[in-house]
Amino acid sequence: MSSKVQPDHVKLVIDGQDVSVEPGRTLLDAATAAGIRIPTLCHLDGLPEAAACRMCVVDVDGRWLPACATEAVDGMHVVTKTPEIETHRRTVVELLFAEGNHVCAFCVSNGHCELQDLACEVGLHSVRVPYSFRRDRIDASHPGFLVDRDRCVLCGRCVRVCAEVEGAHTWAFANRGTDARVITDLWETWDDAESCTSCGKCVESCPTGAIVCKGVSNAEMVKDAELPGELVARRNRG
Amino acid sequence: MSREIHIEPVTRIEGHAKITVFLDDAGDVKDAQFHVTELRGFERFCQGRTLWEMPGLTARICGICPVSHILASAKACDALLAVNVPETAVMLRRLMNLGQFVQSHALSFFYLSAPDFLLGWDTEPAVRNVVGLVQKDPELARKGIRLRAYGQEIINRLGGKKIHPAWAVPGGVNQPLSVEDRDWILDGLPEAKETTLATIKLFRESFDPAAREVLSTFNSMYMGLVSEDGLWEHYDGRLRIVDPCGDRVLDDVHPHTYPEMIHEASEPWTYLKFPHYAPMGYPGGMYRVGPLGRVHVCDRFGTPEADRELEIFRETSSRCSGRVFDYHYTRLLEILASIERIERLLADDRILSTRIRADAGVNQLEGVGVHEAPRGTLIHHYWVDEDGIIEKANYIVSTGHNNLGMNRAVQEIAKTFIQKGEITEGILNRIEGGIRAYDPCLSCSVHAVGQMPLVVDVVGSDGELVERMTQE
Repeated sequence: MSSKVQPDHVKLVIDGQDVSVEPGRTLLDAATAAGIRIPTLCHLDGLPEAAACRMCVVDVDGRWLPACATEAVDGMHVVTKTPEIETHRRTVVELLFAEGNHVCAFCVSNGHCELQDLACEVGLHSVRVPYSFRRDRIDASHPGFLVDRDRCVLCGRCVRVCAEVEGAHTWAFANRGTDARVITDLWETWDDAESCTSCGKCVESCPTGAIVCKGVSNAEMVKDAELPGELVARRNRG
Repeated sequence: MSREIHIEPVTRIEGHAKITVFLDDAGDVKDAQFHVTELRGFERFCQGRTLWEMPGLTARICGICPVSHILASAKACDALLAVNVPETAVMLRRLMNLGQFVQSHALSFFYLSAPDFLLGWDTEPAVRNVVGLVQKDPELARKGIRLRAYGQEIINRLGGKKIHPAWAVPGGVNQPLSVEDRDWILDGLPEAKETTLATIKLFRESFDPAAREVLSTFNSMYMGLVSEDGLWEHYDGRLRIVDPCGDRVLDDVHPHTYPEMIHEASEPWTYLKFPHYAPMGYPGGMYRVGPLGRVHVCDRFGTPEADRELEIFRETSSRCSGRVFDYHYTRLLEILASIERIERLLADDRILSTRIRADAGVNQLEGVGVHEAPRGTLIHHYWVDEDGIIEKANYIVSTGHNNLGMNRAVQEIAKTFIQKGEITEGILNRIEGGIRAYDPCLSCSVHAVGQMPLVVDVVGSDGELVERMTQE
């Protein structure tokens, strides 16, 4: 991948800038290679794309498409930022805040949270819709980790890293809509989820304070979200 | 015609409250009540959270004394983990609590209370505040502001933030003290001590014992922590309760057994409960905590300058005097004691150790954390499940312990100054001053903050508004 024009590369225009990438790459790859920032949440290097969060939507010749899951095609004209798209992204983050209990002040991930960073990036000052004030019970049954589903944004990174990188398939989705939750082994408590290898990749992949290590206090939970990507890259190198 | 006077809200305190004065047909005071009008509900919404979040979560009870809640919470969590906290962590927690004593007491004295007695109880409310104090005595105000800033900076240097530092954690603290920060604190000590000594001298010479009766006198028991050898204590130690003249009612009691001694009564006219000494019932079991309580229960401070000043205080104020105004005096004495304790802690190189945290899982399902907040004894009590999730929490905060005492002070001051229905703004301020002396933190006690215009309603027995006084 390169932003330099090469004969076999796909050529497109992003925010007025000529960009070329290897065939098969996504718009997100192309923008990143060209140094253009597109905010993401459910995307994580090393994992298959889910296009679940819709933070990375961009305007492609008049259509809004998720940059993480749209292949770059010759001749595309892409705009990553318009007032409408900015409003859309801010609304996505706003609704995530309203849906969960994201109280940064005492969260273990305060200062190290992708949702918090996104809220700052998109300029979310307040939430206009009523909070749902969910009250899911924290599952702290695992000796090393815990899951607070009230802080989950349903990005599915835990589900994908567990299935595609670790191969354990412990994490999955249950229910739909506002009742949707990430669960362990058909909703066993985590400690009883026999498929879990306690590898901790779900902890490192989770963008918020939903899946964390036990024993950490406020603002102490620092994650290594680059881990899945590094593991996959090493495997690919053989 | 009997009347009611409402002072609402009470100003220059931390939180929202109102005072009602009930007058009889002759216009004399029949009764007075101090109402706390806010409800926070921390005990309820901590349920379901993890024990590891509790210090940071309960710190949010208050922006004035977050350190107090962080430390009490961390101590309760230490008990849940059943760990021995490393000695350096204990020293550092003590250091932060002493910084908190300096900043909180300086705030209470210089910002909130000194305008009353240095500018005068009857001064125009528009100038009876810290700005007025700056105009009248800029040097004193400057020193007071610097003293508070010093205490705040100790907290900042240790915890990375002046307010709500999430630094004390279950099992210890999460950052050691650097040599640079220790030296900064040491460099500030001489000025802090000089300011405190000068303010004590000014205070002592400005108010003879008779003048110190302005905010009423009445007897009560006093409660506080003391060290094993009876010295003033703020972090660990044993509970001691003394009677109005200093004789021990209870001594050498492990604070974890507080439920056997302290019960809480409720009244329909206030959200703040009334803790009392259970064997003597309610309201007969009234005791007071905070600076006056600690100074009365301890044998001495255990540091030279503070003990010298304590002797002078005790020469002019026996433990039996029960003067509410002495809260201000003892608050200054405690700043001095805190500064000397900080000096002593920093002289010990063990405070620089990086062994500051003990790790463990849940080993006890019930834990109590008790220490002395600037306003008095603070109790956090948690029950958890096997996974460390909070099932129940109970807080008894300093201002709660003093609720009976504050109500009594309001009644006494109202009875002394209101006669034949004659009420002036200065009298109302004295009544408020009786509350302010305790430096109540209502945000903590019911788990609110602000300074609002004062509205006083005089209501006739038929419920009609007879008179309204407002103070911006």
